[in-house]
Amino acid sequence: MADEQKPEGSQAPPPAVGEASGPPPKPAADAAKPAVPKPPAAEAAKPAAPKPPAAAHPAPPKPPATMVATPWDSELAREIKERFGDRIVETSTYLSQNFVVTKPDAAVPLLEYLKLDADFDYLVDITSVDWPKRAERFDLVYIVYSHARNERIRIKTYIPEGYKPETAVGVHLTANWLEREVFDMFGIEFAGHPDMRRILLPEEWTGHPLRKDYNILQQDDRWVQENLGIESGQ
Amino acid sequence: MPDATFLDSTELVLNMGPQHPSTHGVLRVILKLDGEKVLGTDCVIGYLHRGVEKIAENRTYAQFNPYVDRMDYVAAVSNGLGYCLAVEKLLNVEAPPRAQAVRVILTELNRIASHLLWLGTHALDIGAITPVFYCLREREEALKIFEKYCGARLTTHAFRIGGLQYETYDGFEQDVRDFCKMFLPKVDEYEELLSNNRIWVARLKNVGILNGEECKEYGVTGPVLRAAGVKWDLRKAQPYSGYEKYDFEIPTRQNGDTYDRYIVRMQEMRQSARIMQQAVEGIPEGPIQGKIGKVIKPAVGEAYVSIEAPKGELGYYVVSDGSTQPYRCRVRPPSFVNLQALDRMVRGGLVADVVAVVGTLDIVLGEIDR
Repeated sequence: MADEQKPEGSQAPPPAVGEASGPPPKPAADAAKPAVPKPPAAEAAKPAAPKPPAAAHPAPPKPPATMVATPWDSELAREIKERFGDRIVETSTYLSQNFVVTKPDAAVPLLEYLKLDADFDYLVDITSVDWPKRAERFDLVYIVYSHARNERIRIKTYIPEGYKPETAVGVHLTANWLEREVFDMFGIEFAGHPDMRRILLPEEWTGHPLRKDYNILQQDDRWVQENLGIESGQ
Repeated sequence: MPDATFLDSTELVLNMGPQHPSTHGVLRVILKLDGEKVLGTDCVIGYLHRGVEKIAENRTYAQFNPYVDRMDYVAAVSNGLGYCLAVEKLLNVEAPPRAQAVRVILTELNRIASHLLWLGTHALDIGAITPVFYCLREREEALKIFEKYCGARLTTHAFRIGGLQYETYDGFEQDVRDFCKMFLPKVDEYEELLSNNRIWVARLKNVGILNGEECKEYGVTGPVLRAAGVKWDLRKAQPYSGYEKYDFEIPTRQNGDTYDRYIVRMQEMRQSARIMQQAVEGIPEGPIQGKIGKVIKPAVGEAYVSIEAPKGELGYYVVSDGSTQPYRCRVRPPSFVNLQALDRMVRGGLVADVVAVVGTLDIVLGEIDR
């Protein structure tokens, strides 16, 4: 969820954080400027707890506003980087869970590579996260697991509104329903998907509920009135 | 060529559900039939959609905890465990050993309760009336332990982020011991009723076959995967909550048909009782709640944590933006993914087998629709 435009490695932990047990953070250059413009991630957050009452206490050390991930260094990470070059934005570890951030067009080729050449034969999940204030509005997240290696990695890619990512059905059949759910909930259409319909909500529903600008109390009143014959669903 | 008569077979589209007793909830399957042969299916789901993932974004981490019980409502304890582990991972804390042991006991007890309900209703679908009475009789004993422990029988909300809310009651250990002792011979009793029953075998053998490769391709997990010969169980592969301390086996079978899935689940119940027997003998003393503070506010970040629920891999992908509410809480439900393989399993089979296959997938619509 970090600002992907930042140079690689800029997510190295600021000195005060105890999390860093991985390789030493990149010195000076990046870490020494904590005054990076607040990344959109933080702005997208709900209005944080009201400030005034906190003033009474000595200000606690401010937690970092971006995910404090450490670089992920392993044979697989190097192989992925070598093969996909600059289409891989970063390979990182957070809470000892590894993830790869790719350019949008590299996610499915990477899934295919992982399946065929690295035994990641089980696509666990596809989901998305909405960051409405960011230029690339959605995180698209693939979670894959390898039975042979007993290892799980996440593939993340950042896509703007209206972008149609390539479908993963050609690589993993299970992507079919998972992508339909992403479409249903976020309105992300997958190009080349064999059956791009809503899956949980009624076909004629308007709106995509898991977008942040979809009010939780909002509902499709017209659909409810027409189909259920009542004024409102609440 | 003579004109077509009514004797010519034509395709028939048949609607099964959403109000159909063997769909175990509100599942609608549109079947395309040629006589009795299934040419294809289309599942219509979402009748029970409550927007759980959206609700999560509007609740604090602790407030959302009871909601997860309402997804797979026959295995509420497993749902709660997965959620608590996911938030604990985000907070980078672990529940104290005593809490972990109690969690294991209750989760395994819930696995037994879930499998019992599956066995009873599955047998009922196939046409065997008796097992459901026996299964619910034993399940009642399990639910009584839940009730004594936390006051609820079904949607228990047994665990809290960081540990447990309640200390075990007096006599908890003895109740668990008694249950295991009582329960193990009962499994033999069920098997006596069913395993060699001619009708049961005829209805189940070589029905709804899904081999190991297809399982992986469809992302199918849990007993369905293990019945296809893949020895994979998250409790062994990536142990959580202290499962590495217990000695148990992963039952597997080779054919991947409905009968094998039945056998795997029967053996799993025995293994669950075995885990409980070990866990209950060595519940460590100590606190039941870790130090996590009153306000749960994980650092900005994300984590994916999954557990072996009775139905398969249940995963939670939680994203924190540093506030007290989850920014995103994705649930990866095993039933949803497993149901997708239904089409592959019934295509080419008989329409009567659809009921057997839906039963053997052990789906819970509350979890599929969320």
